[in-house]
Amino acid sequence: MRTPSFSFQVLWTRLAIYLVLIAFALYFLMPIYVMVITGLKPYTDVSVDRMWQLPRGLYLDSFAEAWGRVAPNFGNSVVITVPSAIISSFIGSLNGYIFSKWRFRGSNTIFLLFLVGMFLPYQGVLIPLVQTLQAFGLYGKLTGLIFIHCIFGIPITALMFRSYYQGIPDELTDAAKIDGCGFFGIYQYILLPIAAPAFAVVLLWQFTTIWNDFIIGIIVLSNPNLAPINVAVQNLAGSFTTEWNIQMAGAFIAALPTIVVYLLLGKLFMRGLLAGSLKG
Amino acid sequence: MASAQTRLSQAAARKRKWHINRDLLLAIVVLTPSIIAVAVFIYSFIGWTFWISTVNWNDALPDYTFVGLKNWLTIFKGTRFQTDLRNLVMYATGFMTQCIVIGFLLAALLDQRIRGEAIFRTIYIFPFAVSAIVTGVAWRWLMRPDTGLNLLLEQVGLGFLKSRWFSDPTWGMLFITIASSWQFTGYIMALYLAGLRGIPGEIKEAAQMDGCNTWNLYRHVIIPMVAPVTFTAIVLTGMGAIRLFDIVAAMSGSGQAFSTDTLAFHMFEQTFTANRFSISAVLGAFMIILSAFLVIPYLRSVRREIY
Amino acid sequence: MAMNRKLTRRQSLKLLWMGTAGATLAACAVPPAQAPAPTQPAAATSQPAEPAAAGGKLEIFSWWTSGGEVEALNALYDLYKKKYPGVEIVNAALAGGAGQGGNMKAVLKTRMLGGDPPDSFQVHLGQELIADHVVANRMEALDDLYKSEGWNEVFPKGIIDLASYQGHPYSVPVNIHRSNVLWYNTKHMQDVGVSKPPETWDEWFEYAEQLKAKGIPALAVAENEPGFSAHVFENVLVATLGPEKYLGLFNGSTKWDDEGVKQSAEILNKAMDYAEPDYTSVAWGDINDVISGGKASTMIMGDWTHGLLKAKGFTDYHWAPAPGTKGIFVALSDSFGLPKGAKDRDNVINWLKLCGSREGQDAFNPLKGSISARNDPDLSKYDDYLKEAIQDWKSNTIVGSIQHGAAAKQSFVNDYDNAINYLVTKRDVDGTMTKLLEAADLAEFKM
Repeated sequence: MRTPSFSFQVLWTRLAIYLVLIAFALYFLMPIYVMVITGLKPYTDVSVDRMWQLPRGLYLDSFAEAWGRVAPNFGNSVVITVPSAIISSFIGSLNGYIFSKWRFRGSNTIFLLFLVGMFLPYQGVLIPLVQTLQAFGLYGKLTGLIFIHCIFGIPITALMFRSYYQGIPDELTDAAKIDGCGFFGIYQYILLPIAAPAFAVVLLWQFTTIWNDFIIGIIVLSNPNLAPINVAVQNLAGSFTTEWNIQMAGAFIAALPTIVVYLLLGKLFMRGLLAGSLKG
Repeated sequence: MASAQTRLSQAAARKRKWHINRDLLLAIVVLTPSIIAVAVFIYSFIGWTFWISTVNWNDALPDYTFVGLKNWLTIFKGTRFQTDLRNLVMYATGFMTQCIVIGFLLAALLDQRIRGEAIFRTIYIFPFAVSAIVTGVAWRWLMRPDTGLNLLLEQVGLGFLKSRWFSDPTWGMLFITIASSWQFTGYIMALYLAGLRGIPGEIKEAAQMDGCNTWNLYRHVIIPMVAPVTFTAIVLTGMGAIRLFDIVAAMSGSGQAFSTDTLAFHMFEQTFTANRFSISAVLGAFMIILSAFLVIPYLRSVRREIY
Repeated sequence: MAMNRKLTRRQSLKLLWMGTAGATLAACAVPPAQAPAPTQPAAATSQPAEPAAAGGKLEIFSWWTSGGEVEALNALYDLYKKKYPGVEIVNAALAGGAGQGGNMKAVLKTRMLGGDPPDSFQVHLGQELIADHVVANRMEALDDLYKSEGWNEVFPKGIIDLASYQGHPYSVPVNIHRSNVLWYNTKHMQDVGVSKPPETWDEWFEYAEQLKAKGIPALAVAENEPGFSAHVFENVLVATLGPEKYLGLFNGSTKWDDEGVKQSAEILNKAMDYAEPDYTSVAWGDINDVISGGKASTMIMGDWTHGLLKAKGFTDYHWAPAPGTKGIFVALSDSFGLPKGAKDRDNVINWLKLCGSREGQDAFNPLKGSISARNDPDLSKYDDYLKEAIQDWKSNTIVGSIQHGAAAKQSFVNDYDNAINYLVTKRDVDGTMTKLLEAADLAEFKM
């Protein structure tokens, strides 16, 4: 019943809304700001009194030092993350396809049982996991970590692909079945060509999750030379207790790939967030 | 003639059916490795953990003598475990409240036809792309008592708010939630935003026609309508609370007088520092039991959509 | 200091020190270090004979990442490189914040568990070595090496016992550190007008009051995470219980609810009234700045402190046995061993030979600020403090440190650290006693 005309009250409300939004934006940017400026300072300039001030000049030595420390681990993370993300997306695309288009008696129940896996606190399987990997000689190996990420990726990727394929009318696949198109035929000629967005979303999701993983990395691959980047950053913080410039530079390096990917592919990331939010 | 045709088409149909059955079989075959993987790496491992929690493997060398609930009693009687539970409640409360309240608030504000919405949204969500370790390392620096937030507070004349943050031996855990909800709120906001966008405009208009003010509109119409999102948010943040490990490992470890200890961190120490595998299996098993409280309502809610 | 924080963190060796104490005493009472020089060169010369064979890598895993400890380790590396120039040394030093997921010992355990051991790794002599690695059948016995290098004659028997399980030695000690040292600011002492350092806790409290009147905190503590005060506490325990009862704590003959334990907790609790005010946010790695900056006047800490204070150019300090521990040497020792499945076994054996040699020990220890584990150190290489320590090592009663891996398994040390952290952050003696008892129950100390 309000008149849509201009009023001060509306103006004030709008202003207040923007102020709140800006304040939160600053809040969310604050840690990154501190991380970057501290990383750009030389050690002598990392003083507790001047934490919030900009560095006096562009000083990249901390980044160089941190990079020297974590570069091999950065490489490890690439070697772990890229294949894990690709393989688990591929597995997920098949599983999602089966769960949505090739239902059989009990398939929904199996799907539900898969979903439970998303809730699994890794601590609940940590000891058997270590024992099993050891028995198969995969413990402490990059391949072991890739293997584990692929397995623990099964539930979420199945969920994401299933909901995507669900959106493709069954008539389409049924018709193909009638036409004698087989299991792989339908997958290859009907679903794959239109699944690119789903693949992008899932790949991105898996990439972020696996890159950011710490717990599985520290359990399975704690050898400092083989450890993934987040384990290395944690170790860096333990080794340079007072050199915050190096800690911050290292942390920023670790965060960079996912931040860049997010900024470039924000839309897909958003869809991943929604798709990954558990809803069937 | 006609019957021959029928017979022919019947044969063709049978052939097609056979195809479909064969393909269905193929589908099951393709699915099987995943089923086995999940069965082994999730379900049997859970059972395995429960079994280890009942044996006497509390030293470097495995000892599979059955001891019943002895390890469970040891843990339950231990003051550290009791502190962990207290910390879990404190963390879950603080973390859920911040994520859900701030997440909803930001979503509701962004839903007001905001200029530059995409920029705000991008900024709010990006912490979710940052790992918990990085988050923890950055916040540990921010929460150093002699600088960081304390310095900032002092400079803006709010010196009385200065705190020991996560090194407080009683309230440390609440300050950990600040760091973790910094990382997670954007995600919850995105969920709410999607939920709000899904509410048809007519409903809001209708409510306003009825003389509903903004407050009542949200209270009686919108918040109930996004209840499914709230449910999801509770499940997600609850899972985060049960599993909490990374951020604590990066920030404070078990903290002063265990004030930031968590079940997961306790378990990690029992396993890798103390080599008490059966005792740590109790903690792992307990975490699984706790998650069941979230899994079961969740499964109920998805079931309807799936079947 | 960061060193000790790592160093200190979570260790334990068991009570073998009981044996050690007696044995060493006996061994030391009889002047032991006489025959040394001859055996030494013999061992040393036997080495260079086989240089050409060496190639490949040698990965050494330690928690030595700061200050003098790195220099000391490098001194060993330099010697090694001179002898075996073909070997590439991979220094896998990894500091690990206490209580943080990534600490060095946790990493080491996961690697051992996964059959991916480093070639050789730093480990405290005693239970840390025995309970966590030897009993688990992950180490090779070194009887042959001890025989060929003549170590059975040059290491004190007690030390060999500590390195041994069922009569076989499993690691080579490189040093001896002392835990129970009181470091005090001499200028403050002059200002207050006191002539000698406090010898008992009563005297210490008296001194602390005098300092307080001048506005100086008496005790330096770094408890931003568990560990530091646990180190202080073991020295209070030794003072209150005396060596024999102290050792009894780890074989079940002294109960952890003993009145003396509670008294010790009360003493530490009272002493915390005199600690520098922000001790819960100071990191172990930064504690020497507190001392050198005069922000606190005394500190009970291991003797690596000496080198670290010296490195800061600080000179207004001196040392004494921690209050109530005169005539007692609370000891700890770092060592290296040979894990089963080490990838470069021959290189490790050469490394161990170097670690145990007189040359190696005398290169390492003066820089590390520790004394040689052998009975034949070249005294000229050690500074005034260390000369004193060498004397005390020979004449004192020796007991093992809890905090630094000398008295009990690491699992106990972990719980013990946390209990004492509870004391100094919550200031709750009864609660602490509960936690100590829990820890002792779990550790199942027996005769």
